[in-house]
Amino acid sequence: MATGLHKSDFQNPVIRWVDARLPVFTMMQKEYGTFPTPRNFNYFWNFGALAMVNLVIMIATGIFLAMNYTAHTGMAFDSVERIMRDVNYGWLLRYAHANGASMFFIVVYIHIFRGLYYGSYKAPRELLWMIGVVIFLLMMATAFMGYVLPWGQMSFWGATVITNLFSAFPLVGESIVTWLWGGFSVDNPTLNRFFSLHYLMPFMIFGVVFLHVAALHITGSNNPLGIDPKGPQDTVPFHPYYTAKDSVGLVVYFIVFAALVFFFPNLLGHADNYIPANPLVTPPHIVPEWYFLPFYAILRAVPDKLGGVLLMFGSIAILFVLPWLDTSPVRSMRFRPLARPFFAVWCLCFIVLLYVGGKPPEEPFVTIARVATAYYFLYFLVILPLLGRLERPLPLPESIARPVLRGGGPLPAGAMSKPMEKA
Amino acid sequence: MAHSMAQPAPQEGETRRDFLQLVAGSFAAVGVGAIAWPFISSMNPARDTLAVSTTDIDLKPIAAGSAITVVWRGKPVFVRNRTEDEVKAARNVPLSELKDPQPDQTRVKKDQWLVVIGICTHLGCIPLGQKPTDQRGPFGGWFCPCHGSAYDTSGRIRQGPAPTNLAIPSYAFTSDTQIRIG
Repeated sequence: MATGLHKSDFQNPVIRWVDARLPVFTMMQKEYGTFPTPRNFNYFWNFGALAMVNLVIMIATGIFLAMNYTAHTGMAFDSVERIMRDVNYGWLLRYAHANGASMFFIVVYIHIFRGLYYGSYKAPRELLWMIGVVIFLLMMATAFMGYVLPWGQMSFWGATVITNLFSAFPLVGESIVTWLWGGFSVDNPTLNRFFSLHYLMPFMIFGVVFLHVAALHITGSNNPLGIDPKGPQDTVPFHPYYTAKDSVGLVVYFIVFAALVFFFPNLLGHADNYIPANPLVTPPHIVPEWYFLPFYAILRAVPDKLGGVLLMFGSIAILFVLPWLDTSPVRSMRFRPLARPFFAVWCLCFIVLLYVGGKPPEEPFVTIARVATAYYFLYFLVILPLLGRLERPLPLPESIARPVLRGGGPLPAGAMSKPMEKA
Repeated sequence: MAHSMAQPAPQEGETRRDFLQLVAGSFAAVGVGAIAWPFISSMNPARDTLAVSTTDIDLKPIAAGSAITVVWRGKPVFVRNRTEDEVKAARNVPLSELKDPQPDQTRVKKDQWLVVIGICTHLGCIPLGQKPTDQRGPFGGWFCPCHGSAYDTSGRIRQGPAPTNLAIPSYAFTSDTQIRIG
C-alpha cells in the first residue's frame, strides 16, 4: 500500500479506493456501526435521533418553500397563500414545515427533560450539554424569524414585541432595536433580513449538531442508570441495536406528525396569522407560538421591563451553569429520592408557565406565573445545590449488565470486577 | 556563527517576540473590526428609509375630545384634541405619583393638542384609546391590551409594566391648524 493512504478494512474495491483516500466509510462504521452504546437505553434515548431527522425535514421543506416565497411586505402574505392554493403540494410543504417546527420543539423539550432527569449534563458531559443549550437558542431564534415570514398579524406583532425586548437595555437599547429593524419600525428591511437569517441559521444548527454528536462520541452516551459502562458486557453496538430501536420511535413520531399535518394542521397555530399584517392595529391578545409560552410567561411575570427581559433570558442562560449548580455526584434521579419530587414540581411549573403564557395578563394568571417563575429559579439556584449535600442517594447498581441480565445468563468474566463506588 | 545561532537565554519580563505578537494581534483585531463594520452598518436604516421622515397634519377636522392616528416613519402617531377636563386632569396629578415624572406642560406645545408616538414603551404594541369605543383604561388616556399598561391624558405611564411615558416626536406648528412631524 502506498504511503499516506488510510488502511481500509472494506472489501468492495470502489469503497476501499475512496476509504483509503478519505476514510468516511471507516468513520461511519466506527461512529454509527460498531459504536459501543450502553445496553440499557429506554425510549427517552430516541429523541436525539428524532431531532436530527426533524432538522433534515425542516431544511428540506424549507428549501422548497423558499422557491415560492417572496420576502416583501407587499407580497409575502399573498405568496404564502399562493403556496397553499396554487403550488403543487404547496399545502403539504407548508403544513409540514409549520407543524415540523412544533414537532421539533416537542422532541427537543423531551430530549432536554431526559437530560435533566437522568443527569446527562454532569461530568464528563458538561460541554456536550452546553452545546445542546446553544442548539436550543439557535432553534428559538430560527423559529421566531420563520414565524415572521408569512407576514400575518401575529408575525408582525410577534416580531415587534420580541425585537423590542432589546430596547430594555439601558443606553444602547434603542440603537440596537433600530439596527435590528433596519428602520424605525418592523418593516420591509426587517422582513428581508429575517428571511436571509432564517435560511442561514438551520445550517448553523447543523454545524453545532455535528459538534454535539462529536462531543457525545468522546464521552459516550449516558444511560437510565447514570453509571458508566465498565466493559463490553455493558454495551451493544449502535447498529443494529439502536438503529432498530430508533426506527420504532421514528414510526411513532411520524404517526403524530402526520396526524398534525393531515388532520389538525392549524391546531397549534393562531387564527390571527391569517389576517395580513397591519402596523396600526395590535390584535387584542398577542401570543407567541406555543413553544415560547413558558418564557413569555416569565417575561410577563415581572412588573419591570428590564427585569422581565433579564429573567426571561436568564431562564435559559441558567442551563449553561446547571452542571455546576447540581452538586450531587449521582446522575440518574432513579437513585435520588428527594431530587425526584422536586424535579417533578419543576416540570409542573414549566407546564403551568406554558399555560398561563397563553392567557391574558390579568389575575389569577399573573400570580400563578410569579409563583411558577419563582420555583423555576429556586429549583436551579437553591434546591439542586443544597440537595447534593442533604440527600442520601439510593445504592447504585454495580454495573449496567447486572440489572439488565438480572436472574439469568452467565456473565463474562470480569464483568463485576470493580463495584461502583457509592457516591 | 554557531554563537549567533544559539538560543537567547530566557529573559525576565517582556521580550521582543511578545511585543511583535501584541502588535500583530492588535493589527489583526483592528483589521477584522474594519472589515466587519460595513457589514454591521449595512443593517442600519438605509438612506431612502431615513429620507421618508416628515409628515404634515391638518388639525382642523379633529373635534375636541377625539383623536387621529397618522403614520410617521412607519409608526403610528396619536394626535389628540384634549378637552379642558382632560387637560385639567393631567395637570392636577402630583408629580410624585408618576413613574416617569414629567409635568403636562413640558409634553405639549399648545395646551389642547397632545402629540405622542402611539407605541407602548413596554414592548411596542399600539395602545387602545383612539376610537371613542375603545377602552381608555383607568386614567382616561390609553390602555395597552398586550401587557396591561395604562396611560393618562398626557400619555404618561400610570400603571403596568411600561417603564416610560409615551414618547413625544419632534414636531412644530407650521400654522395654527397645521403641524409637521419630523
